[in-house]
Amino acid sequence: MADFDDELDASGLNCPLPILRAKKALGGMDAGKVLHIIATDPGSVKDFEAFAKQTGNELLESAEEGGKFHFYMKKV
Amino acid sequence: MEQKKLAIIATKGTLDWAYPPFILASTAAALGYETQVFFTFYGLQLLKKDLGDLQVSPIGNPGMPMKMPFGPDWFQDINWNIPNIVQTNVPGFEALATSLMKKTIAKNGVATIPELRDLCQEAEVQFIACQMTVDLFGFEHSDFISEGVEYGGAATFFEFAGESDICLYI
Repeated sequence: MADFDDELDASGLNCPLPILRAKKALGGMDAGKVLHIIATDPGSVKDFEAFAKQTGNELLESAEEGGKFHFYMKKV
Repeated sequence: MEQKKLAIIATKGTLDWAYPPFILASTAAALGYETQVFFTFYGLQLLKKDLGDLQVSPIGNPGMPMKMPFGPDWFQDINWNIPNIVQTNVPGFEALATSLMKKTIAKNGVATIPELRDLCQEAEVQFIACQMTVDLFGFEHSDFISEGVEYGGAATFFEFAGESDICLYI
């Protein structure tokens, strides 16, 4: 588990909410900080990869643990 | 990387047709697209102040799965194929279908339309209402949300749509 500065729990939320909430959270963060996102939506795995690619933010880690998906997104 | 543009033309005003324009617009905006949505004809319903009136009609929607959002698992699995003749002749059927649809949506953690519309506006998606349709249906500007809506015609919209990378007709 990587280090993170802020956490967003998007459990129980489905597309497009995990991405939209993440964007909002990242908007309020400084560059270089890491956001830890927890999601239960299986579609979010691909969504966060695409989000990182499109916005230039770095997806440090993407893992599945205990039935939930964990993403570590670094704001660029 | 140059910013991409998404143009959406929203022409329908039922609950099920409300989702695609708002989901696509909000997601595109989250991904950094410049997004504009042109609301015309029944799409204007999506700009009303009170979105509680949006209904869904199962009539003419043969592909619509009709499952109950409550009860034990085996009950929820049943697909109730109700014949059109019942749908059209039972008063209150549309209201029933709408309330079941809303329950199903809430149960699955999907956002509500007011929430999605707010997210779009937060993400600076530009909404344009077709002035011609507003006049046609006798609407007033006061019927619609007051912030974030521009009124214009097709030509206004084409200025943006012509430059867009993706243009969708919904």
